[in-house]
Amino acid sequence: MSAAGQSQGARSPAGGSAAASAASEGPTLTALVTDVQVAARAARPASSRAPLLRRLLRRRAAAFGLVVVAAFIAMAVLAPLVAPYDPIATSFAAVRKAPSAAHWFGTDEIGRDVLSRVIFGARASLLAGVVSVLISLSIGVPAGLLAGYAGGTTDMLISRVTDALLACPFLILAIALAAFLGPSLGNAMIAIGISATPVFVRLTRGTTLAIKAEEFVLAARAIGNAPWRIALRHVLPNIVPPLLVQATLAIAAAVIAEASLSFLGLGQQPPQPSWGSMLNTAKNYIDNAPWMAIWPGLSIFLLVLSFNLVGDGLRDALDPRHA
Amino acid sequence: MLTYVVRRVATIVPTLVFVSILIFGLQQLLPGDPAMVLAGEERDPAVIAHLRETLHLDKPFPVRYFYWLRGVVHGDLGESLRMQQPVRALIAEKLPVTLELACIAIVIALAIGIPAGVVSAVRRGTAWDYGANIVALWGLSTPNFWLGIMLILLFSVTLGWLPASGYVSPFENWRANLASMLMPAFVLGNAIAAVLMRHTRSAMLQVLSSDYVRTARAKGVRERDVVLKHALRNALIPIITLGALEFGTLLSGAVLTEQVFTIPGFGKLIVDAVFNRDYAVVQGVVLFTATAYIVLNLVADVAYAVVNPRIRVS
Repeated sequence: MSAAGQSQGARSPAGGSAAASAASEGPTLTALVTDVQVAARAARPASSRAPLLRRLLRRRAAAFGLVVVAAFIAMAVLAPLVAPYDPIATSFAAVRKAPSAAHWFGTDEIGRDVLSRVIFGARASLLAGVVSVLISLSIGVPAGLLAGYAGGTTDMLISRVTDALLACPFLILAIALAAFLGPSLGNAMIAIGISATPVFVRLTRGTTLAIKAEEFVLAARAIGNAPWRIALRHVLPNIVPPLLVQATLAIAAAVIAEASLSFLGLGQQPPQPSWGSMLNTAKNYIDNAPWMAIWPGLSIFLLVLSFNLVGDGLRDALDPRHA
Repeated sequence: MLTYVVRRVATIVPTLVFVSILIFGLQQLLPGDPAMVLAGEERDPAVIAHLRETLHLDKPFPVRYFYWLRGVVHGDLGESLRMQQPVRALIAEKLPVTLELACIAIVIALAIGIPAGVVSAVRRGTAWDYGANIVALWGLSTPNFWLGIMLILLFSVTLGWLPASGYVSPFENWRANLASMLMPAFVLGNAIAAVLMRHTRSAMLQVLSSDYVRTARAKGVRERDVVLKHALRNALIPIITLGALEFGTLLSGAVLTEQVFTIPGFGKLIVDAVFNRDYAVVQGVVLFTATAYIVLNLVADVAYAVVNPRIRVS
């Protein structure tokens, strides 16, 4: 019994459990125990029939997170309309200028507008967050379903590969993959997606095992449904809630991972803006242009925090005990 | 106990085999002829020929894997093309620096996380609890490289108290070494402190509501002793496992932290290797890390079984 698992029993009003869940993003066994337990509980039919969104918005922290995430998405989509300048247009007349009326967030080392770069940078972060999690889901869910449902050698093989991937620290694996694939935003997304896959395999497998033992699945089998049909029609819909929670939290982790890879030079390539690569440059000018470092970092923090709050709220909203 | 240890050791063997296949398989991701890519931009024909020879590139994948694995089990992780040194020597050289960083980070994390967790559990529902939770959430959502940059801005640029970068060996000058390690270790320890705080809090809440704590209170033990002696000791048992599990976070964090503070450690080694296209080093470092992680978890499990005999039975 892990401490993370126990934390479900006692939670504080706001924020507390988001921290616990954010803590479990890394490939840790503790996280998996939590995942499986949450999964098993969320798989039960929710007692409240109110629409998910309304239940989510009832929680203040989650509502705040949702609003911030929506604002970032709007900012990313409408970037060309809301950004005051071209994010890659340089101006040697305005190099490293402090924030002013003309440049609210100041300018960088080659005179680009930091605000515009932060706005356009949201695209790389959100894209990386969403796409890499989609990659994890599209590999992890079928693999987990197969392992959990088929059992036997298939399960053994899939589980061992998952263990092996889990043994490599998340970011180090992502760095190694990005290194061999070559540095680019697309490859960073693939690297992050693959590195985050094991958690989804474990979660799907664990939940599938739990649901496989439920009576309605036995009934479906008794009627004579084919295994693939039971897996897709009866098991899959029931593992969606825990997957949704985990996916939201994984987006938060993926946003940080993309920023980290870009910070190291393995993600978005210059001159295209990304919060991570902006911080990498900003580090060198910290003594005379600190604004270059403050805004991209704050953006990462705010976006990650919001995804964590939404993920936490989703878990509470989907958990019948808290409905 | 011995059976437990043996059984547990046996389970890590297949995992290690798969880890090695995965890491060796990374090579397959390289676009085009590996020898050409590995030889770097100079494309020296002699180097290419040498690579083909030593990496057995004319042989099929399983054969190459076998050759590589044979080297690995004999402690040969290959050779760095850029630095003309065995990968093993590079790891041995850089590891102590990161280990020092990690140890200080863990001390900081324990010093913040456990008291904060105890306080928020004991004062559940109060401003203390609320505050500690907010700090934990903040700690988990802040990218640690950004926190590092912000600390440099505050303590090095503005206040001038600590050096922004520049590693000094503790054998040369331990004071300067500590000064250069303080900020990076705090950055690294910060996120783990948040995790520790969350776990300590929930474990404490669990233990504080147990029967034996009620008995202790009923027989008139001072509240201080109930919390620190009766409750905390038991609540801390799961922290052993957590420590091993956080090892990955620690190493991942070290990569970024060392980059921010220019510390010549393990993390810097892998990042530099990536940019030098020194693939053998990348593979060696990942393999070493994964093996260390697996072994650490094994040790934690065994330690856990020692302090908590109930584990061994199941």
